[in-house]
Amino acid sequence: MSRPNVLLQVAQRGGSLVSFVRKLWQHPQGRLGLILAGWLVLVAILAPILAPYDPYDVTQRAAKGLRPSWQHPLGTTTTTGQDIFSMLIYGSRVSLMIGIGTGVALAFLGALMGVMAGYLGGFVDNLIMRVVDVMLVIPTLPLIIVLTSLLGRSYFVIVLVFVIFGWTGLARVIRSLVLVLKNSNYVKAAELAGASRWYIMTKHILPGTSHLIIMNTALTSAGIMVAEAGLSFLGLGDPTAISWGKMLAEAQGGGALLFGAWWWIIAPGIGIFLSVFSFMRIGIVIEEVFNPRMKASSSIYKLFKHLNNTYLDEVFRSMEEEETLVREPPDRSNAPTPEGCHG
Amino acid sequence: MIRNSPDTGPLLEMENVSVNFPVKGPYPFSKKRWIQAVTNVSLQVSEGETFGIVGESGCGKTTLANAMIGMVRPTAGTVRFQGVDLYSLKPQVFREARREMQMIFQDPFSSLNPRFSVYEIIREPLYIRGQASETAMKAKVLELLKLVGLDEDDMYRYPSDFSGGQRQRIGIARAIILNPRFLVCDEPVSALDVSVHAQILNLLMDIQKSRHLTYVFVSHNLAVVKNICQNMVVMYLGTIMESGSSDAIFANPLHPYTKALLSAVLDIDVTKPRDRILLKGDTPSPIDPPPGCRFWQRCPSAMKGCATIPAKLAEVEPGHPVACHLISGFSPQQVADGLHEPVSPKSGG
Repeated sequence: MSRPNVLLQVAQRGGSLVSFVRKLWQHPQGRLGLILAGWLVLVAILAPILAPYDPYDVTQRAAKGLRPSWQHPLGTTTTTGQDIFSMLIYGSRVSLMIGIGTGVALAFLGALMGVMAGYLGGFVDNLIMRVVDVMLVIPTLPLIIVLTSLLGRSYFVIVLVFVIFGWTGLARVIRSLVLVLKNSNYVKAAELAGASRWYIMTKHILPGTSHLIIMNTALTSAGIMVAEAGLSFLGLGDPTAISWGKMLAEAQGGGALLFGAWWWIIAPGIGIFLSVFSFMRIGIVIEEVFNPRMKASSSIYKLFKHLNNTYLDEVFRSMEEEETLVREPPDRSNAPTPEGCHG
Repeated sequence: MIRNSPDTGPLLEMENVSVNFPVKGPYPFSKKRWIQAVTNVSLQVSEGETFGIVGESGCGKTTLANAMIGMVRPTAGTVRFQGVDLYSLKPQVFREARREMQMIFQDPFSSLNPRFSVYEIIREPLYIRGQASETAMKAKVLELLKLVGLDEDDMYRYPSDFSGGQRQRIGIARAIILNPRFLVCDEPVSALDVSVHAQILNLLMDIQKSRHLTYVFVSHNLAVVKNICQNMVVMYLGTIMESGSSDAIFANPLHPYTKALLSAVLDIDVTKPRDRILLKGDTPSPIDPPPGCRFWQRCPSAMKGCATIPAKLAEVEPGHPVACHLISGFSPQQVADGLHEPVSPKSGG
């Protein structure tokens, strides 16, 4: 490598991302999550090709309440005769779009707020953190019910509310990491060279928090998918779209249990399970890759914690531990021991 | 030894600089307390010399070094660099002025961004200034890599591929890329293996010679300071205890603290008997320290007046001031009050 060429430079630059995905792939559970998520995304994109029937077609009165067969792999609904397999395929679109869309928007807002609070400090920090404190005690679900009845039932409103009230956890975690990064010597060196705050935030601080952001996006996406299904089940989703939650609600309303149409209930359940499972796997594996200390606790336990909204607190705590661990050694080496005099 | 040319002033001058940090009280609205990290320090660093700051951990060495290069705003006092008061400048001018000063950090593992390649790390100051083209920056980085003893091939590697000594070389290359005149070395070798101490120190000395740099060398390693510094100050709990040329201080340490420090220097000859002055107790807290001499509680020859009357720096020999009542003595009135009597060993704690 005597003449470093451009290609090599590009390869080296992308090195961190490539090695990141490779690490994820090498982890058996991470691979499972990646394959499942990739498959779901593919299904959502190719839905019009894959679906054998038009799921919006409610005119098939003759085909009401059919059992699973070769014509209808998952049967049809007892009320309108829609093909459930096609509905399942189309439902993945709403679920993934809401999950990923909210996850990405949350990551963006949370990272922005966290970095601003941590790096700028002082008044900005106080302001953002007090807002976070207030947001954390507001219950999201009743608020969404109120807002959807005020603003109309659409996924846009749901995503908006999730984003506005969901960024707080991420912002808190990011802030604590930024406080560590901000005092690192490479930031100091950049400041000495006359770097602006914007330069330091975008070049040094934000890349340093990227793994947390990616992890959080995967985990919150999973959580939001469940929440969306729940809201649709309660009838708060978009009434014109097909989603897994709404399928469950219709199954309930259409008397699926009464008619013994178990396929109508199982199908959306499997969809929700697979999507949440894959994103959860990815998130937890990313977390393990970057924070080996978390490996000790089992993933079921983590899942439980996450569903209780205490998982991020744990991550937060383990990072605080790390912070004190990192800071200890320099203090010790500073001590004027007699051994310090070897020239 | 002191190369202070008469026609130009000192490169860096600190006058009565104090740095205090607020600490939170035990309960809300309690009286604000202050950590007095640096108290009333005055010093001058002349062009081309190596100036040592010596003291134990927590004595304010690093805070003082940070105040020199504008990383920590002093609570009181002025810092003049090339005759200009640094902290009176407007932010934009301040940033420009500070480019003449750079720093080499203690810990080579946290001073390089692990996400940057060596090339990106070293060119960063040039990139931030934003006047050089990519090819010019590359040429400059290459030149510096060779100067600090690294390979051209290392340019696109990442910091994790290097040992502590090599990382410190990268840090040095980054520090000198803007051609600074003034370089603060904050314990540049204390985090490294003993075997590479000499290599890094020799590299620093070579660079100083070829580029006419002025160094401020913060260290707790007295042997290093003796070898490379022309002038030095000894600090204890934020105040200067003794200052002067390092030859004078090492030949004739006058302050009890300096004596104790020097007696702790290890000698390779284990058979030679050594007189060690063992200090009792630990460094007291720098939060709201008492008005007297900062060292009196641990001083082997403390007197009754030391606790209440601050010790002022007094020149014993020309250019060798010491802050100790043993040297400066008490006024006749204070002697009459019995303040010069030694404190009984028990009360020292």
